[in-house]
Amino acid sequence: MSREQKAVERARKAFLTGRSKPLEHRIRQLKNLQRFLLEREKEIAEAIKKDLNKSEAGTQLYETLGLEGEIVLAVKKLAEWVAPRPVEKNLLTISDTVYIQPEPLGVVLIIGAWNYPWAVTIQPLIGAIAAGNAAVVKPSEVCVHTAKVMEDLLPAYIDKELYPVVTGGVSETQELLRQRFDHVFYTGNSMVGKLVMEAAAKHLTPITLELGGKSPCYIDKNCDIPIACRRVTWGKYSNCGQTCIAPDYILCEPSIQDRVLEEIKKSIKAFYTEDPKTCPDYGRIINQRHFKRIMAMTEDSTIAIGGDSDESTCYIAPTVLKDVHVNSKVMQEEIFGPLLPILTVSGVDEAINFINKGEKPLALYIFSPDDKVIKKVIAETSSGGVLANDCLVHYSVSALPFGGVGNSGMGSYHGKFSFDNLSHLRGCLIKQLKMEGVNDMRYPPHTAKKLFWARFFILKNPDLGWLGRMTLLAIIAVVAAVVLQRYLQ
Amino acid sequence: MEMQVVQRARENFLAGRSRPLEFRVQQLKSLQRMITDRQGEIATALKQDINRSQYDTPLLELIGLENEISLAVSKLAQWAAPRPVEKSLLTISDQVYIQPEPLGVVLIIGAWNYPWALTLQPLVGAIAAGNAAVVKPSELSEYSASLLKALLPRYLDQELYPVVCGGVSETQELLRQRFDHIFYTGNSTVGKLVMEAAARHLTPVTLELGGKSPCYIDKDVDLRVACRRITWGKFVNCGQTCIAPDYILCEPSIQNRVVEGIRQTLLEFYGPDPKSSPDYGRIINQRHFNRVMALLDGYTAALGGQSDSSQRYIAPTVVKDVPPHARLMQEEIFGPLLPIVTVSDIDDAIHFISEREKPLAIYVFSSNKKVIKRMLAETTSGGVTVNDVMMHYTLNSLPFGGVGQSGTGRYHGKHTFDQFSHHRACLVKSLSMERVNMPRYPPQNHQKARRVRLAMRTPLVDFSKGTYIWAVTASIVNLPYRGFSGKPENLGKESRHSELLY
Repeated sequence: MSREQKAVERARKAFLTGRSKPLEHRIRQLKNLQRFLLEREKEIAEAIKKDLNKSEAGTQLYETLGLEGEIVLAVKKLAEWVAPRPVEKNLLTISDTVYIQPEPLGVVLIIGAWNYPWAVTIQPLIGAIAAGNAAVVKPSEVCVHTAKVMEDLLPAYIDKELYPVVTGGVSETQELLRQRFDHVFYTGNSMVGKLVMEAAAKHLTPITLELGGKSPCYIDKNCDIPIACRRVTWGKYSNCGQTCIAPDYILCEPSIQDRVLEEIKKSIKAFYTEDPKTCPDYGRIINQRHFKRIMAMTEDSTIAIGGDSDESTCYIAPTVLKDVHVNSKVMQEEIFGPLLPILTVSGVDEAINFINKGEKPLALYIFSPDDKVIKKVIAETSSGGVLANDCLVHYSVSALPFGGVGNSGMGSYHGKFSFDNLSHLRGCLIKQLKMEGVNDMRYPPHTAKKLFWARFFILKNPDLGWLGRMTLLAIIAVVAAVVLQRYLQ
Repeated sequence: MEMQVVQRARENFLAGRSRPLEFRVQQLKSLQRMITDRQGEIATALKQDINRSQYDTPLLELIGLENEISLAVSKLAQWAAPRPVEKSLLTISDQVYIQPEPLGVVLIIGAWNYPWALTLQPLVGAIAAGNAAVVKPSELSEYSASLLKALLPRYLDQELYPVVCGGVSETQELLRQRFDHIFYTGNSTVGKLVMEAAARHLTPVTLELGGKSPCYIDKDVDLRVACRRITWGKFVNCGQTCIAPDYILCEPSIQNRVVEGIRQTLLEFYGPDPKSSPDYGRIINQRHFNRVMALLDGYTAALGGQSDSSQRYIAPTVVKDVPPHARLMQEEIFGPLLPIVTVSDIDDAIHFISEREKPLAIYVFSSNKKVIKRMLAETTSGGVTVNDVMMHYTLNSLPFGGVGQSGTGRYHGKHTFDQFSHHRACLVKSLSMERVNMPRYPPQNHQKARRVRLAMRTPLVDFSKGTYIWAVTASIVNLPYRGFSGKPENLGKESRHSELLY
C-alpha cells in the first residue's frame, strides 16, 4: 500500500470512529489551529520569505490574519451552523417536524496552491474541521519551505490521523486522486482542475474547484483616478501579481490612459521605492519556470513602466504595458505576475463586450463614481465575484461566498459557506403513525374524489384571492360560533 | 444535429432573451397550461409506457409539477433579487449582496420512471433561473418522449428550450457539447460518465442517482399503519421509484406480522389479482423485467412471486429471511420485490446500513424518539422520512438529492432555482474613505499590521444578535437612572450610584 493510500485509510478509519463529529472536538481542533498560527508565526514567516520573498508583516496581513478571523467565526458560530434548520411546512406536514440537518461528508481532500499557501490550504481545512470531516491536506510542492513547515509542525497541533498532511509532487497527487474521498477541494489552474474533476468522477465525488482566469478591471474616465490607481496598484503587485483575484488587465478609454499610467507609476514608487528590487515588501516570482513564462509575455507589447528583471533572483519589476492588443501574448492566458496590460476601449459598452468574449473570470473590477455604470456592468457580465471601486477585498468579507463560475471554478467557500459546502444538508421529515385517514387519498384503488382531495392539499395555496380568503375566514368564524354555542349549552 | 441545437440555444441565451422576469414567468405559465390542457394525452402516453393508472399520473407527477410552477411564478421576483448579507464594520457604508445570475445553457437528462416529473421539474428551475435548457427525455419511456418532443415546442420557446430525443449515441453527442450545468437523473454508472464528460468543460453537475433505500421497522410500532405506508411506497409505479423503500430491516420476532400486514394491504389496494387492477403498473421493458426476475432466482416468495413476461407483469412480491449476500441485496431492485432482512436490534440495523453505500433515502418506523434519534444521528442518506415513506420528496422547502453514490447537488422549490444559478458575490464600495485603507499599503510595518489586525478582529466586527440584545438591555437598564427628561432621577440611596454613572 502506498504512503498516500495509508494516510487516506487511516483518516477514514479515524472518521468512522466518530471522533471528528462532537462539537467539543471540532472547537478544540480549531483552537489548536489558532494556537499554531500564533505560536509558530516566526517559522511560518520564514518559510514564506524563502518561498515568495514576502515580508513578515505582509504574511500576517495576507495569510494568517484572514485565517484567524475564519477560526474565530467558526468557533463562535459552530453550534448555530450545526443545529437542525427548520423549514417551511405545507398543509400535509403541518403537524410534523421538518428540518435540514447538516452532516459531515466523511474524508475530504484539500489540494492547496503555492501563491498564498497558508490561506488557500488552511482555510478549506477550517471549514472541513468545522463540518466534522476528516481531511487529507496536500500542500503545493512548489512552495517547498512552507510545505515542509506544514508537514513537520501541523501534526503537533491537530489530530494527525484525522487531518494528515501529505506532501509530494505530481505523482503523489495522482496517487491521492486515485483514492476515494467524499469531497475534493482543489485550488489552482483550470487544466489541472479538469484532471481533478475527471478523477473525482470515477468515485462520484463532489468537488470544489477554485480556479482562475483573467480578471478584468474597468476604469471609468470620470472616477477619481489617483485613488483608483492606488488601489489597482496595490491589488496587482501584492505578492508580485501572483494572486488569483489580482486585476489581470485594465480597460479604459484612450483619453485617460496616460493619466492612469502616471498615477500607477506614482503609487509603485510610494509602495516599493524607486528600486523595488531592494524593497522588503516587494515579492519574487515563485520559480524560474514561471519567471520565463511571464517574461515571454512582454515580447510583443509596449512597456510603459518597469520591464526590468533578474532571472537569478526571479525578480520582475512592477511593469505596465500600454496600448495592448487583444491578440498579444499577454492577453492569451492568466498573467499571474507583475505585468499590467492596459487595453483601450471606447466606453463601457465596448468594455462589456470585450469582457463577455472571454471566459467568465474569477473576479471583475469596476472603478466608477456612477452607480448606474457599476450596475450596468454587473448586469451585463458574469464572474465569480465582483468588486466596485477597490481590488481584492471582497475576499475578506466572510458573509460573501468566494468562488468562480464557468472556467474560473465551481463551488464556493469562506465563513459559513465553507461549512455548508463541506457538509451534507440532509432533508428530514419526521411524521407520526397517526392520522392515517389523511393518507387514504393517495392509496389505491384510486378514485376521482380521492384525487380531488390530493390536489387540494398539495397545491397548498389554491389561489383564493382576497374575496376567497374573506369567505374562508367568515366560514371559519361561523363554524367556531356554532361549535362554541353547542359547547356552552 | 445536437451541436446545432445547443449552438442555437446558446445564441438565444446570449441575446438575453431568457433573462427578463416577465419572460420567465410567461414561459412557466405556458408550461403550466401545457400540463393542464394535455393531461389526457400525457396519461395515455404513460399508460403505454409503464401501465400507469390514470389517477397515479396526476397524483405522482403532474400535481407536484403544478405546485412547483406556481411556487416559482409567485416567488420569482424574490428569488431573483439581490440578497443582502450581514455587514461588518469594514463594509458598513458599502453595498454587500449576493446576486443570483443565470448560468447559461443547461442540459437536463430525464429518467423513464417518472418521465414528466423528473424531466420537467428541473426545467422549471432552469427557466426560473433565466437559463436556456436542452431537454433530453429518456428514450426508454418512448411514448412520453415523443409526446414531449411534440408538445413542448408548442408551449415554450423552442430555441431556448429545445427537446432532443434519442438513445445512447445522441446522449453521448450531447455530452460532448459545452454546457454551463448538467442535470442528470438516473443510475450511478451513467452518472460517472456524465460527470467525466462534464469535467472536460469544467461544467458543474447535479446527479440525482439512486441506491438501496433501507426501511427499518422497530418492533414496538403500530405495524398495521406502518405496513400500509410501506406497501404504498414500495409498489407504486411497480417499485420503479428512486426513493422506494428498497428493503426492510426488522427483528425476526415481527417478521411474520410484517408480511401479514403487507398481505392485507395489498389485498386492499390491488385486490386478489393485482394483474387485473387498473392501479398496478408494469415493468418498463423486457430487459428490466428479466433483470428483476433474475434477482428472485433461488428464493421462494412469501407473498406474490408470479409473473407474466408477455405483459412485463411481476406480482407484488415479498421475500423473507433474505441473507445480506443475496443478489437481491447487491443492487438497487427498482421493481416490486420487497426483501426482508432480519437484524437482531437497532445496533445491528445501524451497522448494516452504515456498511453500505449512502442511500438516497432512509426510512425509520418507530414510536420511540430515542430510536429515531439514534438512527438519524448514526447513519446518513440523501434524505429521510420517519414513520412514512417518500413524503420528504413532496415538501419543496426540503432539498431533494443524494450523497455519495446516491448523487450530488439538490433541487425542488427554491433549491432548483439556486442550483441553476450562479451566486455572484457583489461588493460595491466608494472611492472615498481612502484613509481607512492606508494601513494595508506598503511599506509594511508592524504598527500598520497591528492596526489592520485590530480593525478585522474587533468584537463589533459583526452586528450579531448578541450586540443588539446588549445594546437594548443596557438602554433599558439605564432608563430608571435617566428618567424621561434625560436627567438622573432622585431615587434615594440609588441617587449616589447614578451620580457616579454620570
